[in-house]
Amino acid sequence: MIKKEIVALILAGGQGSRLKGLTTNLAKPAVPFGGKYRIIDFPISNCSNSGIDTVGILTQYQPLALNAHIGIGKPWDLDRTQGGVKVLPPYMSQEGGRWFKGTSNAIYENIHFVDTYDPEYVLILSGDHIYKMDYMKMLDYHKEKNAEVTLGVIEVPWEDTNRFGILNTTDDLKIYEFDEKPENAKNNLASMGIYIFNWKKLKAYLIADQENPDTNYDFGKDILPKMLANGNDMYAYPFKGYWRDVGTIQSLWEGNMEMLDEDSELKIHDESWKIYSRNANLPPHILTNNATVKTSMVNEGCYIDGEVEKSILFPNVKIGKNAKVIQSVLMPNVVIEDGATVYKSIIATNSVIKKDSVIGDESLDEITLVTNEDHGLLE
Amino acid sequence: MKNCLGIINLSELESNIQELTKVRPIASIPFAGRYRIIDFTLSNFVNSGINNVAVFTQNKFRSLVDHIESGKSWDLDRKITGITVFNPAFNYNKIVQRYGDIEHFYQSLNWLKYASEEYVFISRSYMICNIDISKAYDYHIKSGKDITIINKNIENSEKFYDLDTLNTDPSGNLISIGKNTGKEKEIKLSMEMYIMRKSLLIKIIENAVENGDSNYLKQALFKELNNYSVTTYDYSGYLACINSSKNYYDANMDMLDHDIYQQLFSTERPILTKVKDEPSTIYRETSDVKNSLVANGCDIKGTVKNSIIFRDVKIDEGVTIEDSIIMQRTHVGANSSLKNVILDKYVNISKESRLSGDKKVPYIVSKGIEL
Repeated sequence: MIKKEIVALILAGGQGSRLKGLTTNLAKPAVPFGGKYRIIDFPISNCSNSGIDTVGILTQYQPLALNAHIGIGKPWDLDRTQGGVKVLPPYMSQEGGRWFKGTSNAIYENIHFVDTYDPEYVLILSGDHIYKMDYMKMLDYHKEKNAEVTLGVIEVPWEDTNRFGILNTTDDLKIYEFDEKPENAKNNLASMGIYIFNWKKLKAYLIADQENPDTNYDFGKDILPKMLANGNDMYAYPFKGYWRDVGTIQSLWEGNMEMLDEDSELKIHDESWKIYSRNANLPPHILTNNATVKTSMVNEGCYIDGEVEKSILFPNVKIGKNAKVIQSVLMPNVVIEDGATVYKSIIATNSVIKKDSVIGDESLDEITLVTNEDHGLLE
Repeated sequence: MKNCLGIINLSELESNIQELTKVRPIASIPFAGRYRIIDFTLSNFVNSGINNVAVFTQNKFRSLVDHIESGKSWDLDRKITGITVFNPAFNYNKIVQRYGDIEHFYQSLNWLKYASEEYVFISRSYMICNIDISKAYDYHIKSGKDITIINKNIENSEKFYDLDTLNTDPSGNLISIGKNTGKEKEIKLSMEMYIMRKSLLIKIIENAVENGDSNYLKQALFKELNNYSVTTYDYSGYLACINSSKNYYDANMDMLDHDIYQQLFSTERPILTKVKDEPSTIYRETSDVKNSLVANGCDIKGTVKNSIIFRDVKIDEGVTIEDSIIMQRTHVGANSSLKNVILDKYVNISKESRLSGDKKVPYIVSKGIEL
């Protein structure tokens, strides 16, 4: 096997229970986002665009849609003979079968996968975030600092620091303390859940951590604090740009709405850093003589005979005559029948909103979620 | 359909569609917002189970090769069978003057001989339709005839001017082939699709080369029709022939008819094309779009009516576009107005421009022009 400088591992086993009905039979990284993507398209596309061609995706919870989506990695140009994308589920061995017990345990169970490529570095990512980032710049920084570990960080508003894992650093961004969701933060650099490790070092800590009876098998709770306590050189890599955790119904809705801003920082239309996805390959969408569409994103295969404002329409959505869709996210194949009105809602894949019904409320802060039993797993 | 090869013969007459074929063959003219003409034939093949496909190109094949790549988009990147593009082996101008396309087929005869399939389906690219070829194939096998020609009964014959018409007996057997002069209202139009045994096709090509009396495959075929039993198969769905700029314009506008759109882009037999990974089209607050077909990746601030908008088009504020076809990656500057216009790819219209054509003679702006 050809040696690789860096291997990326994406943690995609999360249940995402705060996304409620959307993740009943779908892993969180497979949740649709932004009119045509699934959340995991962002880290995979970032890998591909960064020139990282060896990517392991660790799955566990409800992996059917995720596995079908990733396949052999064609959409991301990761269908390679050397490296490429590999889906890594929990497995049986002679010692018996077991689930991944936590984030660090998931990597521990796949040490043999990483070792195949004999890399200098591993990049650990979560499959839960929306952002565009060049990981190679982070690797350059990691080398420049001669670090053992580099953590991607982003400046968050001071009033939000109690929602994040905060890193306290010296002036040259060397980390001296972790502060998990602090009430009185000393810093406003939040961890993005993006880590570069020197592989030999990480491997030793993973093996040692398995022996620890009190471990939580977690990077944030066990591995990183232990490495810091032992005096390893750990640095923060400040990222500037759009980054969102879309782990709740509210934040998923907000993330979608932010795409409609004309000066959206995500720059989804920027072709030098495209986000790739499995494509529905449907004909262009149609706006009829009755259609009014303003400040909205519309994808292929849609048929709009009604009114759409400040909304995101995924492929193959049908909007009937005199129907109104306002500030909403309509996932693939949703049908809004004639005369129905939808305000401030997320409508899950394959849902049908019946004629003349009213969903959601413009005056409420809360987002209405409509799900159904048939989630269109293999859209 | 595992026992049938697919051949797409691209020696198609371009004299009435010159503006759009300066840089490309008819097969790779963009169509219906996101497709190329050849996508329909390729998708018809794949949807009917024909997985061993050859495309015989003429000159100007660069855009076509770029479009087809490995055949990925149609699942034709196969280890067993798949797609092969045969580009002319040497100076095509010379071949055309002396030999037509028959020499091109003759040079690739080994591909035909070595394939394990016993039958061939020969097609053009410029007949836009969604046809289940497996039904025509079953009909051919059952008929026991040597050759089956696919046809459609046409009522508005002037749209299909100068194409082949078939005279048949009441049971559909071919009597003779003529030309559509547009004078007769109802005609039986040849869709220039033929089914026959592979061995028969090889024989026809070899005879033509030996005798030196036919320059084109079609010519060779027609010359031999009297020696064989020939039947016809009726196709009844939507059909357009993209052999003139007017037909190109009309066929695009046909897509705004929802019945035609649903028929052509059937979910059971989807039309596939190369995927470009654009984000969704964004409609800004000032946009006003009605009765139009819009592909992905556009950024629209202006007014659009009765038009076809391809991928990655930018339409600035105050723009009015009516009855027009705007191809991919064009930009229409602020306050411009376009009516009955076809903008080819990469055209840049500066602000405050006025362009208008006639529905019968649309104003065509060639690829890459800045106005």
